[in-house]
Amino acid sequence: MNVPDDLLYTESHEWIKREGDKIRVGITDHAQSELTDVVFVELPKMDRQANAKEAIAVVESVKAASDIYAPVKATVVEVNKALEADPGLINREPFGQGWIFVLKIDNADDLKNLKDAAAYKKQISG
Amino acid sequence: MPTASAFLYDRLIDVYADCVTEDVQKKTPLYDEHVKRGAKMMPFAGWLMPVQYTSIVEEHQAVRKNVGMFDISHMGQLIVEGADARSWLNTMLTNNIDKLEVGQGQYTFLLNDRAGIIDDLIAYRIGDKKFLLVVNASCTDQDLDWLNKHRRGDVKIDNRSTNFGGVAIQGPRVAELFVNLPPRNHLVDLEIDGMPISMARTGYTGEDGVEVFFRASDAAKFWNVVLEKGKDLGIKPCGLGARDTLRLEMCYPLNGSDLSPERNPIEAGLGFFVDLAKPDFIGRDVLLKTKESGPREKLVAFKMNDKGPPPRPHYPVFENDKRIGEVTSGTQSPSLNWGVGMAYINASHAKIGNRIEIEIRGQKFPATIEKKPLYKKS
Repeated sequence: MNVPDDLLYTESHEWIKREGDKIRVGITDHAQSELTDVVFVELPKMDRQANAKEAIAVVESVKAASDIYAPVKATVVEVNKALEADPGLINREPFGQGWIFVLKIDNADDLKNLKDAAAYKKQISG
Repeated sequence: MPTASAFLYDRLIDVYADCVTEDVQKKTPLYDEHVKRGAKMMPFAGWLMPVQYTSIVEEHQAVRKNVGMFDISHMGQLIVEGADARSWLNTMLTNNIDKLEVGQGQYTFLLNDRAGIIDDLIAYRIGDKKFLLVVNASCTDQDLDWLNKHRRGDVKIDNRSTNFGGVAIQGPRVAELFVNLPPRNHLVDLEIDGMPISMARTGYTGEDGVEVFFRASDAAKFWNVVLEKGKDLGIKPCGLGARDTLRLEMCYPLNGSDLSPERNPIEAGLGFFVDLAKPDFIGRDVLLKTKESGPREKLVAFKMNDKGPPPRPHYPVFENDKRIGEVTSGTQSPSLNWGVGMAYINASHAKIGNRIEIEIRGQKFPATIEKKPLYKKS
C-alpha cells in the first residue's frame, strides 16, 4: 500500500500536503482501496470554516457513505470540481488528481498533532 | 492475522445494523478460501463473510455478463420430516406446499400471529414426507423456535445448518459449467468429482443460476473445482456487496431491510407467494383484512431523477414536503450507473410514475416510482 513519506496523515485516513499556509487534503490509498468503486463526492462549500475533526465532505462508494474530516481548524479555499464528473479519480489517483479540498489553516502548530508516514503505516498494518 | 476490515466495517455498520450481531462471529467452511483470495471480510448475521474480493462493480458485472460464485454457507438448512410434515407445514407457511412435487421448491414466508414476516425462505420437497427449508442465516434460531413451538402430529424438525456448506453460482453462462441442470426451482442430487451435492436452479440475482449444497468437509474442494472449471468463462468469486446490488436491481427483498416482523407480504408487494385460498395458516386472518382494506403502506421501487448521491437505507421520503415513508434499500446500481432503491411509503402515494423526494443529508433530491424490477435484461 502506497504511503508517501512527504505527507501527513490522520487516524481517519485523510492525507495532508502542506502548501505554505494552506493544506491540500484527500483520502489515502488504503482508504480508497477499502471503499473501492467511489461513485459520488459531496464537496464542502467555499469559505466554510471548520474545526479539527469536523466532517465537511462525503465520499460515497457503491456500498457506503463516508465522512471526510477537516484535519485541523481551517477555512475551505478550493474544492476539486473534477470529482463531480469523475469521482473514480479518488480510486485511480488518491494522492494526485483525486485530492478533495484545500484549506487555509488557522495555526500551523496544529499540524504537529497529525501523523507522519511511519505512524500511519503502523496504524494500517496493525 | 486476517481481520475484518475495520475501516469498511465502521462505515457499513449502519447499512447492516439489523444484521450485525455482538456475538462471536462464526466462520463458514469457505472462510480460508476467502482470506486466501484477499476478500475483505466483515461480520454479517453472526458470520464472517466476504463483502468483496476486488470490487463490487466488477463482481456485479461478472454475474450479469458471465458467471460469479457466492458463499451462502451461512444460510440455514432445516429438515422437516414425518407423516404429517406436508399438512402441518402448509399451516406454517404462506405458499401452497401441496403444489410441490418431489424435487421441487417454492419461495414462501413464515409469519407471526400479526402476519409480520419472521423469515422468507425456499421450501423444497425432497421426499414424499420430507422437506428442506433454506432460511436466512440471521433467522435460523428464531425460525426453529417458532416452528417447534407450533409443532403438531408426526413431525420431526432437524437443524442441519452446520453440516452443509453452500454456494450460489449465478450468471448467463452457468449452463456451460454443468451438464444436467435441473429445471427452474427444482433440486437434484448429483455427484461432482466424487462429492455428493444437491443442486437447485434458484438464485437471488435475476440471472440464470444454481444454489449448491455440499458436505462442509467438501466445501474448499468444491469451491476450487468450480473456479477452475469456470476460468475460461470469466468466473469470479463474489461477495455480499455484489449480492446486494444484484438483488436490489431485481427488487428482491432483503430480510431485515425490506422485510421485518412489522411488515406483511401484501405490504411488501409479495402477495403472489401467499395462497389465501388455503383454509388455514398463521397470519391468514390478518392478511385477508389487509387485502380487503388495502395496505396502509407499500414497498415501492424508485429511481433518482438526476445524477447525485445514491439513496441509502433509512433516508426519509417526501412528497410535496410531507413525509410519506422511508428508504429500506438503496445503492448506486452498477448496471444502470444510477441511484436506485426501495421504500415503504403511504399506499395512496404508491403509484408508478409518481414523483417523490429522498432526503439526503438534509437536502431533498427528486426521484420517480418505477415498475419492478428496476433492471431489465436487454
